[in-house]
Amino acid sequence: MANDVWVYIEHKDGDISPMSYELLGIGKTLADGLGSSVCAFIIGEKVDDLAKEAFYYGVSKVYAIEGDVFKGFRPDAYAKAASSLLSKYTPEIALFRATSQGTDVAAASAAQLQFGLCTDSIGLAIDGGKFKMTRAAFGGNYTVTVVNEKAKPQIATVRPKSFPMPAKDTSKSGEVVKETFSIAEADLNTKILDFMKSEVAINLVEADIIVSGGRGVGKPEGFKMLQDLAKVLGGALGASRAAVDSGWVAYEHQVGQTGKTVKPKIYIACGISGAIQHLAGMRTSDCIVAINKDPDAPIFKNASYGIVGDLNQVVPKLIEKFKSKLGR
Amino acid sequence: MKIVVCIKQVPDTEAEVKWDIPNGTLKREGIDSIINPFDEFALEEALLTRENYDGDIVAISMGPDKAADVLRNALALTVNEVHQLTDPAFAGSDTYATSYVLASAMKKIGDVDIVFCGKQSTDGSTGVVAAEIASQLGFSQLTYVSKVRSVDAANKKIIVERAIEGGIEVVEAKLPAVISVIKGINEPRLPNLMGIRKASKMEIPKWSADDLGVDKGKVGAAGSATKVVEITVPPPRGAGEILKGEIEEVAASVVDKLIDMKVIK
Ligand SMILES: Cc1cc2nc3c(=O)[nH]c(=O)nc-3n(C[C@H](O)[C@H](O)[C@H](O)COP(=O)(O)OP(=O)(O)OC[C@H]3O[C@@H](n4cnc5c(N)ncnc54)[C@H](O)[C@@H]3O)c2cc1C
Ligand SMILES: Nc1ncnc2c1ncn2[C@@H]1O[C@H](COP(=O)(O)O)[C@@H](O)[C@H]1O
Repeated sequence: MANDVWVYIEHKDGDISPMSYELLGIGKTLADGLGSSVCAFIIGEKVDDLAKEAFYYGVSKVYAIEGDVFKGFRPDAYAKAASSLLSKYTPEIALFRATSQGTDVAAASAAQLQFGLCTDSIGLAIDGGKFKMTRAAFGGNYTVTVVNEKAKPQIATVRPKSFPMPAKDTSKSGEVVKETFSIAEADLNTKILDFMKSEVAINLVEADIIVSGGRGVGKPEGFKMLQDLAKVLGGALGASRAAVDSGWVAYEHQVGQTGKTVKPKIYIACGISGAIQHLAGMRTSDCIVAINKDPDAPIFKNASYGIVGDLNQVVPKLIEKFKSKLGR
Repeated sequence: MKIVVCIKQVPDTEAEVKWDIPNGTLKREGIDSIINPFDEFALEEALLTRENYDGDIVAISMGPDKAADVLRNALALTVNEVHQLTDPAFAGSDTYATSYVLASAMKKIGDVDIVFCGKQSTDGSTGVVAAEIASQLGFSQLTYVSKVRSVDAANKKIIVERAIEGGIEVVEAKLPAVISVIKGINEPRLPNLMGIRKASKMEIPKWSADDLGVDKGKVGAAGSATKVVEITVPPPRGAGEILKGEIEEVAASVVDKLIDMKVIK
C-alpha cells in the first residue's frame, strides 16, 4: 500500500544483522499510526532464507531483488536496486540502520530519488499524521526534529539500539514479492578484494556493555586492565580521544563526536573527564558509571553512579568482585 | 590528475550556538568557526595524493562569506585552486541540496578524478553528503576510508581500505571516485608562515547558483525536502548517585547494582 512503512534488511555473509529486527519493531509502531503495514525489502544474491527470518519478526510481505551481482555489499548496485523498488512502490516511509551499509544505501538511494533524508535518528513517531524524525545535532548539544513533507518515501536511518527488539515468532510466515532488477557487472564501479576481520571481537556500536578509558588511564598497560574488566562483563572496550591521541589504544575504540556514537545498557567511564565531545558519543547510554579521582569532573553530572577514586584501585576491585559474584 | 577536496566551516563545538528557530538553521554570525575536523584529514589526504602521484588540488566550500576562511587555510597549505560556492539561494540547504550544489561544482571543474570529503560534519553530522555526491555523478562511492593503498590514474583505478563494522574491507574502484575519510588516515600538517602570508593576499573566487547552472528550485530552504521543525536541548541526564565510602564497599555496591540490571550475561 502506498502508505506502508518499509524496512531495509541488512545482511552480511548470509546473516541478517539482528538490529534490522529492531527496525521492524518501530516500523510496525509507525505503520499502526498510519493505519498501514510494515514491509521488509531485501537485496541480495539469494534472499529466501533471509525473508523467512523477517517473517518471524512480524512482517507479512517482503519485497526482494536477487542476482549474482548482489553477492557482497556494493553501494552502487544495492542503491540502484533499492531506489528502483522505492520509486516503483513509493511507500510512505523507508527505514535503514545507521550503519556503514545502511547509511551508504540510504544516502545513495535518496540521491537517486533526488531528495534529502534524516540520518542517525534516535526517535521516530507519527504525530498528527506526520512522520517526525528526531536526531542529535551539534555534538549532541541539541536535539532536532526533522520532517519531510515533499518526498515519498521519507527516508530515515536509525541509530542502532534506539528502539526495543520485537518478539520472535517462528510460526509466522508471509509472502515474498520478487522484483527483477538487472545491472551488469561491467557497469559497477567497485570490486571487493578482501575483508580483514578486526581483532576486536565485539562491535562497539552494538555492544550492551562498554568499559571505556581516558587520559586518566595513564598508560597503554592500563587499557589491558580495562580490557580485562570488559572481558569479565562480556563487553567492548571504548576510549576517549585523549587516550587515542596518546597512542594507548586504537582509533576504532574512540567514542565521541569524532569517534563512534554508542548507546549501551552499561557504560563504565574510567579516567574520563566528560568533555562535551565525549558525552556526544555516549550520553544516551542507559546506565553510566563514572570512575574519576576528581570529584568535580563533569562526567559525574551525567553518571548514574559515580565513584570518586583512583581507577588503578577501583578497577581491579571491580574485576575481582564481578569474577566472584558471577563465578567467572 | 585532478583532485577535489570538499571542506566545510562549522561552529566550534564549545561555542554557544544560536538557532534561527523558524528556519531551523544555525545562526552562523558571531560565533567561532573552525574547519570541520574530518575535513582536515580530507585535505591532508589530497595533499598526500598530489605528493605521491602528481596532480592539481581544487578545494571547494559551500557557505556564507565567512566560510572563505577555510579556503584561505587550504591555500596556505598550497592547494592549487579554491572556489567558494556562495549564494543567498543556498541558505538552508538539506543534504540533497548541498550535495547537488557540490556535484554541480564538480561538473564545472571538469575531468575530476578523485573527490575527498570528511566522514561527516560536526554540526549537521549527517555523514551522507559524500555518498550523495557520488550517487549523483555516478562516481565510485567509497565511504569510511582509512587508507588509500594505491592510485593508478592511467588505468583509472584506485584501491582503498574501508573501516567498517567488524573489520577492514579492501576495495578496488574505478575512477572517478568520491572518498570520505575517517580520522586516523593521516596526520594533518599545519601551514607554514610563508603559506599563510601568501594566502592572506589571495582572492577567493566565488561561484553563485547561476555560475554553477543549478536549478534554484532544488536548493536552499525552499528547495529542500527535509526541514528542521523543532530544536530542543536534551534534558540533562541528571547526576545520579555518588557512592561514598571505602573502595571495598563502593565496589561491592556498584557490582550488585549492575548485576541486578540483568544485562551482564
Ligand atoms: C572538534 C573536536 C572533536 C572531539 N572529538 C572527541 C571525541 O570524539 N571523543 C572524545 O573523547 N573527545 C573528543 N574531543 C576531545 C575532548 O574535548 C576532550 O579533550 C577529551 O574527551 C578528553 O579526554 P579525557 O576525558 O580522557 O581526558 P581529560 O579531560 O584529561 O580527563 C582525564 C580525567 O581522568 C581523571 N583521572 C586522572 N587520573 C586518574 C586516576 N588515576 N583515576 C581516576 N581518574 C583519573 C582526571 O581527574 C580527569 O577528569 C574532541 C575535541 C574537539 C575540539
Ligand atoms: N557546505 C559544504 N561545503 C563543502 N563540503 C561540504 C559541505 N557540506 C558537507 N561537505 C562535505 O561532506 C562531508 C560530510 O558532511 P555531512 O554529510 O554534512 O556530515 C564533509 O566532511 C565535507 O567534506
